[in-house]
Amino acid sequence: MLKIENLQVHYGGIHAIRGVSLEVPMGKIVTLIGANGAGKSSTLRSIAGLIKSKTGSITWKGENIMKALPEQILESGIALCPEGRRIFPQLTVLENLKLGGYARKDKSSLNDAIERAFASFPRLKERSWQLGGTLSGGEQQMLALARALMSDPELVMMDEPSLGLAPILVEEVFEIIRKINKEGKTVLLVEQNAFGALNVADYAYVLEVGEISLQGTGAELLSDNRVVSAYLGG
Amino acid sequence: MTLDMFIQHFFNALTLGSLYGLIAIGYTMVYGILRLINFAHGDIFMISAYFVFLGITVLNLPWIPAVFISIAATALLGVLTDRIAYRPLREAPRISALISAIGVSFFIENICLVLFTGVPKPMPRLEALVTVMEFGNIRILPLAIFVPVMTTILIAGLLWVLYKTPPGLAMRAISRDIETTRLMGVKVDRIIALTFAIGSALAAAAGIMWALRYPQIHPFMGVFPGFKAFIAAVLGGIGSVQGAMIGGLILGFMEIMIVAFFPGLSGYRDAFAFVLLILILLVKPTGLMGENMEDKI
Repeated sequence: MLKIENLQVHYGGIHAIRGVSLEVPMGKIVTLIGANGAGKSSTLRSIAGLIKSKTGSITWKGENIMKALPEQILESGIALCPEGRRIFPQLTVLENLKLGGYARKDKSSLNDAIERAFASFPRLKERSWQLGGTLSGGEQQMLALARALMSDPELVMMDEPSLGLAPILVEEVFEIIRKINKEGKTVLLVEQNAFGALNVADYAYVLEVGEISLQGTGAELLSDNRVVSAYLGG
Repeated sequence: MTLDMFIQHFFNALTLGSLYGLIAIGYTMVYGILRLINFAHGDIFMISAYFVFLGITVLNLPWIPAVFISIAATALLGVLTDRIAYRPLREAPRISALISAIGVSFFIENICLVLFTGVPKPMPRLEALVTVMEFGNIRILPLAIFVPVMTTILIAGLLWVLYKTPPGLAMRAISRDIETTRLMGVKVDRIIALTFAIGSALAAAAGIMWALRYPQIHPFMGVFPGFKAFIAAVLGGIGSVQGAMIGGLILGFMEIMIVAFFPGLSGYRDAFAFVLLILILLVKPTGLMGENMEDKI
């Protein structure tokens, strides 16, 4: 289980996170929704070790990972699929995937992981020699997700995976998230698309200006008046 | 100009261009990854010649071990420069690391001045490479063939590392997006150290060959080759290994051929490179093979 207690982050002179506490139980989909600038990305980046915070604690499987480096956090089984996909445009699809499996030391396990990625995302197999930058937005998102799965993480964090995609692809992304979860991965999902996120989530937190303002199961929040008026356009 | 003379100039230009290219690769790789112009790179180049000189004259080593030890020691020095002078400034504004690089450059030059004095040392002759060969009227040094061949081998090795190995993949990834590369589990500081090691080893190879061609070693011998190789890297498109090599060759040919065809301009030889730099920056700042990356300085 991932457990965050009273996390505070100062980021570029801004008090971006002001005491966030949340829990991600194994095997569940937990979502963090909220407006732009609420601190959703900062929370994920803190967990991934990209931002160092001095206050609070982040515990993963019983161990405090506040001071761990990004590569150690990845090795402990947490992967982040970053906001904006961050595909390497000048590397091929295959190279992007290989990079995702960089921590795998033996070649056969890397090849197995690549085969699994191609099995889950056949489009990527067709395009394995194409440069990442030439893929469409939807394909890039698939590649970003496949790449995040290459290290076979137990917890996959996704930062706005539906951002900038056509509505039909947005649905596909949420379908994939469900599928990844069914295959045994724990998911921590950050989304602006509150409706989609609450629909797939077992549990949800609403983040407002660096603090958790509401929490509950996905279904509870979908019918909560405050959520409906603020995030679902009710 | 006769054909014979042209062939002779051609080989001179090829030698000079190869050496500029080898040095330029070090600038371009470090810039590609850290967006840092490593001003100490020319001094790294210089010190490799001293290492060979010391290995042969003080330790009485044969040539080949002396060369390998020099390359290894220079690579290590490159890694140490990064560790001591650049890594602590990774999160600082880029200009800080740049100033640090200038400091490292002055430091290496002056420590050499103290240790070896400013009096040029004669590089020991390697007879096999510097005995003139005559083909009819053409007189060339075996070195003029050795340098391009060795350069080709080194570049092939470098491209293999860059395009066929996991650390090479990591280098190419870091040059685009360091943070995402870190998310992939790449130990970025190790890859950066490897980059400095490779760049410095190539500069060492160039420095040793340079000292065989121009056998006077002194603490400032790296300054001008360093500037020119930097210009070669900009010309080729800084960040691009292939570009650095092409830039080096263009610069080498330009220097030798302008002087060959217009002997009256020989006094301005060093100025050509700088004129070229100004022209590139005005006309095509990304260089011949440079990518248009939005986050370049």
